[in-house]
Amino acid sequence: MRPPNLVSAWRYRHFILSSIQTEFRSRFARSKLGGLWMVIHPLAQAAIFAVVLAEVMAVKLPGMGNDKLAYAIYLLSGMLAWSLFSEIVSRCLTVFIDNGNLLKKILFPRINLPLVIAGSALVNNLLLLLAILAVFALLGHLPSATFAWVPFLILLTTALGLGVGLLLGVFNVFVRDVGQIVPIVLQLSFWFTPIVYTPNVVPQHLRVLLQLNPMTTIVESYQNVMLYGTAPDLVALAWIAAITLLLLAAALASFRKASGEMVDVL
Amino acid sequence: MSSILMVQGLGKSFRSYHSEWQRILSWFGVAVSPAAQHWVLRDVSFSVSPGEAIGIVGQNGAGKSTLLKLIAGTSRPTEGGIQTKGRVAAILELGMGFNPELTGRQNALHAGGLMGFDRSTLQSVMPEIEGFADIGEYFDQPLRTHSSGMQVRVAFAVATAFRPEILIIDEALAVGDAAFQRKCFQRIEAFRAKGTSLLFVSHDVETVKKICSRAMFIKNGRLELLGAAKVVCDRYEQHMFGAQTNSGRLESEGSPLTRFDPTLVSSDCELVYGNGVADIESCHIEDLQGRRINTAEAGQPFVWRYKVRFREQVDDPAFAMMIKTREGIALYGVDSIRLNLDSRSYAPGELVDVRFELLNPLAPGVYYLNCGVRVKYVDRVEFLSRRIDTALIKIAEGSSSTAEAGLLDMEARMSVSTVMAHLE
Repeated sequence: MRPPNLVSAWRYRHFILSSIQTEFRSRFARSKLGGLWMVIHPLAQAAIFAVVLAEVMAVKLPGMGNDKLAYAIYLLSGMLAWSLFSEIVSRCLTVFIDNGNLLKKILFPRINLPLVIAGSALVNNLLLLLAILAVFALLGHLPSATFAWVPFLILLTTALGLGVGLLLGVFNVFVRDVGQIVPIVLQLSFWFTPIVYTPNVVPQHLRVLLQLNPMTTIVESYQNVMLYGTAPDLVALAWIAAITLLLLAAALASFRKASGEMVDVL
Repeated sequence: MSSILMVQGLGKSFRSYHSEWQRILSWFGVAVSPAAQHWVLRDVSFSVSPGEAIGIVGQNGAGKSTLLKLIAGTSRPTEGGIQTKGRVAAILELGMGFNPELTGRQNALHAGGLMGFDRSTLQSVMPEIEGFADIGEYFDQPLRTHSSGMQVRVAFAVATAFRPEILIIDEALAVGDAAFQRKCFQRIEAFRAKGTSLLFVSHDVETVKKICSRAMFIKNGRLELLGAAKVVCDRYEQHMFGAQTNSGRLESEGSPLTRFDPTLVSSDCELVYGNGVADIESCHIEDLQGRRINTAEAGQPFVWRYKVRFREQVDDPAFAMMIKTREGIALYGVDSIRLNLDSRSYAPGELVDVRFELLNPLAPGVYYLNCGVRVKYVDRVEFLSRRIDTALIKIAEGSSSTAEAGLLDMEARMSVSTVMAHLE
């Protein structure tokens, strides 16, 4: 009866692109530097972490000798992955509620809304990546061949974020407490992901929590390919990819089931 | 003629569960029965032929908007079915998807995309959209700089950029200036001439009667009446003014009622206040023969009468009245000082009958009446008692009414004569 979600999304590709464009346009409208802010923000974010944690706190990375720059790179690699994931999850969480009126008044494929979020998060993340590369260059760290893994990792992170975010976003329409709990859980998971610390500083009995967190594998892969110049753990990534597909399937299934009743409770 | 829209046994209910998680479980095949099912629309069937315009009237909450949402497809029916042929365009709210930071042109592209059109198609009709909106250079200025009227113009121009097979409009045209409204109706007429069917929701029965051949009256989620627009609108108006009488608030007295529409509600927005020095104990409208009425024929004078009980001694009070439109526009107000009535002191316990005999130049419609007792000091006016919007009077179409539009019947005497014949 209805076309599958993704087919209808393709018909609306112009709308998705123009929504992403609109989002950035309205975010920077009326500011003097305009689009330049899109680069300044991530650059500043990267610089703050690099300076504060690496320089001021003089954190050193075990196994990298006395190279305190290595920590900055370690940190930025993890941040790159986490910011993409958390942006998609936290925005998908409220996407249907925020657009309640639109959903009630206009018929359009609702799957577009999370896709717009994914798209604009990707643009943001790409800019952050560029900014990080600039910081790397300043630090004298040149990316190695393993860097070619980054696009794949970004894709995987986006898919995982969409799976988790869409599922929670659908639940949040009906059970609004979800929207309150998730930001807290998201905060907590940041600290249960080895982003600002290395896994080996975590006490043995807590390490299993780290391993249960799918973002751990993703973040470690980023660190591998961006800092250590080694290939990611493919077996672990395959598991994450499988979990991601499962989550996406569950999210799409609940989304399709919920679609009918969603407008009734918004 | 074959129908373009077929609605069969349509119903919509909202389900509630003991816990929302039960609802979520129910999607995945777990048998959970909802705790309650609340029907907002049921047993609605009708069909619409190409080019036909159907008005939908009903009170707020009757289910009109639900019906439109079901036909527009944003909400899914619980039972029954809807069959449509061709594209359905629903203007349930103007300016959906608009962003204040974008220009009119950019918004047109963006909102058009939301309607499912691609960029090149939109670009090709952009000159038409710009022309219809007709807001000059503002079309390339951010929307936030537009007046609300301009925003409506752009929004309607975009919403009707392409002719749909079925056009649904929910009150959206109530905004905007009169000239633009006419332009919108012209466009709708042009669409209809090409076969577009119109579903039109409005509280304004005059507009419904003007543009729709048929109408439906939705009452408490049911299709109460479907038929000729005039008949349905009359029934709706009768229902609107006949909800319930708020009796008991004011004592009724006087001789038996003659010209009295028992279904005309008492005012539902009465505001009473005062300083307690005097009370308005009763008020009513009557005809010149002293018979209580709440309906007067156009041109028929009537009397606005109320009783005031003084609780303390009051020197030189003024007795006042005012008549207003439903929108609150004051049409006429006067008091005993203005009319040079002798003023005097009133003793505690004294009951006074105040009577205003009024000419009736009002156009047919419903009007609200105020009454009050006040004391004018040098620097201020103090109301001893005041009742605002306390009574309604319905002016019925009289045999000699001439008002085609407006609030007053100015009883035009008209002539048209040839000054110069056409020369070949």
